Amino acid sequence: MFRSLPFKNLRGKPLRTAVLVTLTALLALTFLAGTLTVSSLRSGLASLENRLGAEIIVVPYEATTKKSFENIVLQGSTGYFYMDKQLADKVCSAEGIGQCSSQFYLASTSAGCCSIPVQIIGFDPDTDFTVQPWIRRSFDEPLGDGDIVVGNDLNAFVGDSLQFYGVECRVAAKLDKTGTSFDTTVFANMDTVKRMTRASLDKGLNSFKNIDPEKVVSCILINTSDERSADEVLNDINIHNKKVKAVRTKEMISGVSDSLGGVSRIVGILIAAVWLLGGVILLLAFTMSVNERKKEFAVLRVIGASRGKLARTVMAESLAVGVLGSLIGIGLGLLIMLPFAGAIEELLAMPYLLPDAGKIAVLAAGAAGASILTGVLAAAVSAYRISRMDTGVILRGDN
Amino acid sequence: MILKGEGITKEFIRESRGSNRFTAVSDTDIILEAGKLTVLNGRSGSGKTTLLNMLCGLLPPTRGKVLLDSEDIYSLDDKRLSMLRNQRFGIIPQGQTAIHSLTVKENILLPCTLYGSPDSSDEARAKELMERLDIAGLSEIRPAKLSGGELRRMSIARALIRRPEVIFADEPTGDLDDENTAAVFGFLQNAAKEGAAVLVVTHESLAADYADSVLAMTAGKLKE
Repeated sequence: MFRSLPFKNLRGKPLRTAVLVTLTALLALTFLAGTLTVSSLRSGLASLENRLGAEIIVVPYEATTKKSFENIVLQGSTGYFYMDKQLADKVCSAEGIGQCSSQFYLASTSAGCCSIPVQIIGFDPDTDFTVQPWIRRSFDEPLGDGDIVVGNDLNAFVGDSLQFYGVECRVAAKLDKTGTSFDTTVFANMDTVKRMTRASLDKGLNSFKNIDPEKVVSCILINTSDERSADEVLNDINIHNKKVKAVRTKEMISGVSDSLGGVSRIVGILIAAVWLLGGVILLLAFTMSVNERKKEFAVLRVIGASRGKLARTVMAESLAVGVLGSLIGIGLGLLIMLPFAGAIEELLAMPYLLPDAGKIAVLAAGAAGASILTGVLAAAVSAYRISRMDTGVILRGDN
Repeated sequence: MILKGEGITKEFIRESRGSNRFTAVSDTDIILEAGKLTVLNGRSGSGKTTLLNMLCGLLPPTRGKVLLDSEDIYSLDDKRLSMLRNQRFGIIPQGQTAIHSLTVKENILLPCTLYGSPDSSDEARAKELMERLDIAGLSEIRPAKLSGGELRRMSIARALIRRPEVIFADEPTGDLDDENTAAVFGFLQNAAKEGAAVLVVTHESLAADYADSVLAMTAGKLKE
């Protein structure tokens, strides 16, 4: 029965217990939401770096003035631009080029799979070195004419037929989740995308009215050879080709990386602020509770409870509150963070990829541990005070 | 069994700064013997409760010793002194001292559950005490619903549950009517007759009728 005294005490003061449990739940929720957000952003960035696989991207000069240019190139956001294919051939034949491959962009109108337009990326299977290594993880065959590979978030499955501008396509594979707009992107070989582009022009649905799909590309992806550095090749391209702009992918990612750093710092400050506030409130709550229950503790001393036993009673109460609050906080955190990952990604407008279940479990355990520890540390101060209190003086004070 | 206070003195500092010391109990000797009920009376602030708290191991004296069978109880560490209070002393503090999250029966059995689980003899003892103190029908009630007299009888039952060798009662009839006062003193007298050493601190003049010896405290000094 004495062992259950902490639980009876908690039940005996439902309002105080509810406040303590809510505070601990809030702490656990904040810890989990914060760490999960930062972890997902880091996973998203890593995924983005993996997806790129090229040192330099060359795009039409006008494209770099578009606000969404980096998102289109880096993350597969919808949008397209074109440059003369001859320019691409010229760039690819320059000195110091190791790997060079063109891509062709097109944005769909809403298709059967999707309520919103999706980005369609055409690649050259003979020269491609960025898309195919990734696609091969899901589909290890050459993409035939009319075959498409769809991003993980699209509502289409292997074997489905989809139409883009009236062009019938077969879903050959579905990609792994990336946490970027690539998850709503469709990949096909260059011929298939050019056919779609021609159809979009015929239907008057392409914002470029006078292009010949056979004579343009959207961008060129380059890896340099060992003979020259990426900076030398980049300078060379920018000096000798007026209508294009070569950009280091690392620099493009650094923008995302800087934003990630900023978000991480804000989340860190938020966690610290909530932790500090929660810790202080828990400390005050336990201190008030102990002051209010001085007489009760004195009675326990009178009947023979040692100082250690009293301290353990308070610690057991805080542990019970901590465990219950943490479970509620973690449960709420997972209920919010997992189903709404897509909404959070949209809100942050950054690559956002939830970690795997194992890592989520570790983060949840860490958040629970941190919030329980905060409550226990706050209670430890009260437990110490109780263990030092002079029972005789407390009883005498009541006379 | 014999409990002795030898030259015990208790000083309190009234202010946190300076040296305004107040001597509550001064160089006092007292002996509590098995089978005897000792009444300690005196005016408020005379040092009665302070002396009782020192004797029962709750308030270390500034000077002097409290000897139980010639062992100074304040030489024991906190754990052993707590065990001593739990197993050999029964203390009835002044005022209401119920644990409100527990029932009457759980309050009474609390000394038995501190360091283990109550066995059938503890349960039987609790039942016997509740019957003798006329609170048997209240065993599953929470203290908040009890009257002052019922709470006091519950406190007495809790102090006696482990058949203590020494019973300390601080103003046990403070808020009781004459009938309840007589019942409580009669109960403590019976406990003494059963072999316990009993010290009762009280203002109640009726207590002398039940006492084997009566001591008076004035300004921290004891007089017989």
